[in-house]
Amino acid sequence: MKVGAPKEIFEGEARVAMTPDSALQLQKLGHECFIETGAGLKAGFTDAAYEAANVTVIKTAAALFKEVDFIVKVRPPTDAEVKRLKPGQTLISFFYPAQNEKLLKAAEKTGANVIAMDMVPRISRAQKMDALSSMANIAGYRAVMEAGNNFGRFFTGQVTAAGKVPPAKVLVVGAGVAGLAAIGASTSLGAMTFAFDVRPEVAEQIESMGAEFVYLDFKEAAQDGAATGGYAAPSSPEFREAQLKKFRELAPDMDIVITTALIPGRDAPVLWTKDMVEAMKPGSVIVDLAAERGGNCELTKPDEKIVTDNGVTIVGYTDFPSRMASQSSSLYSTNIRHMMTDLTPKKDGVIVHNMEDDVIRGATVAYQGEITFPPPPPKIAAIAAKKPTEKPKELTPEERRFAEVAAFKAQTKNQVTLLGVGAVLLLGVGLIAPASFMQHFIVFVLSCFIGFQVIWNVAHSLHTPLMAVTNAISSIIILGALLQIGSGSWLVIVLAALSVFMAGINIFGGFMVTRRMLAMFQKS
Amino acid sequence: METGFSTAAYVVSAVLFILSLGGLSGQESAKRAVWYGIVGMALAVVATLIGPGSGLWLISVVMIAAGGIIGWFVANRVQMTEMPQLVAAMHSLVGLAAVFVGYNAYLEMANVMALKASLSGTLNEAGIAAALHERGLRGFAALLAHKTPVELSILRVELFLGVFIGAVTFTGSVVAFGKLAGKLSSKAEKLPGGHMLNAGAAIGSVLLLIAFLNGAGVWALLLMTLLAFFIGYHLIMGIGGADMPVVVSMLNSYSGWAAAAIGFSLGNDLLIVTGALVGSSGAILSYIMCKAMNRSFVSVILGGFGNTTGPAMEVEGEQIAIDADGVAAALNEADSVVIVPGYGMAVAQAQQAVSELTRKLRAQGKTVRFAIHPVAGRLPGHMNVLLAEAKVPYDIVLEMDEINDDFPETDVVIVIGSNDIVNPAAQEDPNSPIAGMPVLEVWKAKQVFVSKRGQGTGYSGIENPLFYKENTRMFYGDAKESVNTLLPMID
Repeated sequence: MKVGAPKEIFEGEARVAMTPDSALQLQKLGHECFIETGAGLKAGFTDAAYEAANVTVIKTAAALFKEVDFIVKVRPPTDAEVKRLKPGQTLISFFYPAQNEKLLKAAEKTGANVIAMDMVPRISRAQKMDALSSMANIAGYRAVMEAGNNFGRFFTGQVTAAGKVPPAKVLVVGAGVAGLAAIGASTSLGAMTFAFDVRPEVAEQIESMGAEFVYLDFKEAAQDGAATGGYAAPSSPEFREAQLKKFRELAPDMDIVITTALIPGRDAPVLWTKDMVEAMKPGSVIVDLAAERGGNCELTKPDEKIVTDNGVTIVGYTDFPSRMASQSSSLYSTNIRHMMTDLTPKKDGVIVHNMEDDVIRGATVAYQGEITFPPPPPKIAAIAAKKPTEKPKELTPEERRFAEVAAFKAQTKNQVTLLGVGAVLLLGVGLIAPASFMQHFIVFVLSCFIGFQVIWNVAHSLHTPLMAVTNAISSIIILGALLQIGSGSWLVIVLAALSVFMAGINIFGGFMVTRRMLAMFQKS
Repeated sequence: METGFSTAAYVVSAVLFILSLGGLSGQESAKRAVWYGIVGMALAVVATLIGPGSGLWLISVVMIAAGGIIGWFVANRVQMTEMPQLVAAMHSLVGLAAVFVGYNAYLEMANVMALKASLSGTLNEAGIAAALHERGLRGFAALLAHKTPVELSILRVELFLGVFIGAVTFTGSVVAFGKLAGKLSSKAEKLPGGHMLNAGAAIGSVLLLIAFLNGAGVWALLLMTLLAFFIGYHLIMGIGGADMPVVVSMLNSYSGWAAAAIGFSLGNDLLIVTGALVGSSGAILSYIMCKAMNRSFVSVILGGFGNTTGPAMEVEGEQIAIDADGVAAALNEADSVVIVPGYGMAVAQAQQAVSELTRKLRAQGKTVRFAIHPVAGRLPGHMNVLLAEAKVPYDIVLEMDEINDDFPETDVVIVIGSNDIVNPAAQEDPNSPIAGMPVLEVWKAKQVFVSKRGQGTGYSGIENPLFYKENTRMFYGDAKESVNTLLPMID
């Protein structure tokens, strides 16, 4: 199949859906690759680089659309681009079908198939094509860079000859992929990082990235992110109030605030109100990653950087991934390449658009002239629903004492039974066996008992030396042979001599090897 | 005077042996403990040589010296990875010695009986004893002469048991040696008829015992020995390679019981004490090993894995390979590293390379620890010995229970040549043949690298979902070479 990437028409978009590297990988799947001239220029990939990777460069977008079977793109197609689609052709790009109904209708009419990268279901198997996550990761990183760019001080605290520099305090609101990436970037620059999320289960992830989880003391049935495919859900008004109160407390202290809170299919919730911005110190920076959907900050202006009257910079860019076009193009094109891998299961260049496959079915929004959105729920749950863990009941002192007494009684009962049975058996033996046998038998039983007591204390790591040493001392059988060697016939002497010989090997070999092993055990 | 002195010496020896085993509770005290054992053994042998066993002491000393030289030589030459074979081989010697000593006891008994019968017509009890003494019967034979008929039949049972256990130990250990040394296939193999053959041979032995008690001659003893040889061979042939830790400790236990049984028939308390100590030690080791595999002792002995109760859980995802650069990068970034070695490390002789890797990582201030599963390797404690040989300090080598809770805080886990002991199916899939077996929970760590030769399953043939987990990367290749390629990249 022929796979082609046109130049992105969208104003300011610098990414490209195919890089020379991903083209090489696509060719391994048996596909032919095409690119519109200059498509990769803004992301740092020249036409020559593409040609070196055996990609055919085509002059115009129109010619490319005519030539190829697969169009790979970043941004949703424009109306003009949709018109160029033809039946049987497949478009892979971000599409946002829920918000772009008209566009979807238009695509349906052309008879082309549309795979929306933003609709890839969130299951483990599909993570390699989860372009939302890969782009969010970049956005989170870039948000910290933008903040640093507009922030007049160091991130890390320093004590220098020229004076003391306090560390910057960064608050990250929303610990999704972007939030976590922002936390990672900010902590590694040395800032004191705080993070907040409505899903308490991410506290662990936040702490693992080195930030402090802003704990909200609010009694409400905790949100289970697993129920919504790992995304946050809207919260109750009471919860929201408690949350805003906490932010109001934090606002005067924070130097940098990065907001990433989004709820799927809704406008971004307003979490950083005007009065909070006013409470912040001059020179502080707010980076609003939710600007495209209205912004988490009340004052955010999408696509703009503004400075408020009290000197707080609010960055409302909506194209963070595009600002790191080389990195984001390489990640996005890898996502696309993984999608193509799943579409060409035999790696022979033959496309199998398997509508039974959860991932492919989920991402396909238009198929053979029909709208296939929204998809049916996937067969596999995104994340196994967390079972509510019941806390072990606190036992009252009486109950505990009672349990202890019961355990002690059970143990005593056990031991007494064992001893009883043992004693009866011994007595039974004693009744029939003669006294001389019983003497030896007592010795035997006591030795077994001592053996059991002693061996349980042997360290696990010394089990091999234990075997070697028991091996050596089990050659005590040599005594039997020594006793016999002096008396009786030649046959006895020969057998006894052989036994002495073998036991001799064992004694020396066993002890020697034990010593060798033990000498190797060293403390650090 | 003779018996009084040797008995005193035996008491001291027994105490020393107990101290010797007890001292193995810690690495430092163990170094002292082995000397207790050596002194105890020397004391027992010397006391016997100058006391009741002084008959042909020249032959005895020559034989001990000859055996000692061979033992010394072998012990110094053996590679630490060959330890399981060596232990198995030595068990077989004890088993065979027990068989011989048992035979001798029977021959002596027959001699004394014949003498007694020829004299009893003319003399009373005291007269018989005096006559026997005149004929130069001392030691064991003199003891025999005083036995009552009941004691004699007990003696026959003890003797029979001693030979039986000794014979099973002998062939069993030889087979175990062959399997461990790779001279026999480590697969579980059974003759047609399976355990019915073993059961038949055991029943045959019991019948022979009854015949022997009722006066059957040496043929019963010989025939039983052959049956016992067969049982030992067939039993161990039917047990697969991964169960070898249990088998070796079980044989260890048997060699002890054989010594104890012979001790009974010779009326020698030191043999009884030592045999019982060794026997219970082996039994406890077998118990620990079985518990670590969550299998009953019987199911191990009967060979093969138990029946699964249903289809195994489907494994989702794919095995993702990684190269040395990736592993090195992750190691360089990690703060805490846990290494999980298995039999594969022993096979590849990778312990030196692993030790070097540990040294380098520790030099950078990283926390490096080893997690040892009780049944890792082919011998209880096998991995500890290998790591000790490679100069890995023992205080960073931890056992399963000590380290299992730490995995969630671990950055990188490297699994080298182990499979079943890190298989999450044991906890997640109730239908898995190893369900319920305690395993090292490596998958809880942030990243897991599995060094493995290929994509095959482990001994048990069970698919390992660990290899398909998202945080697992497969580092294919020979363990030694893989680790060696890593070394220059760690800085």
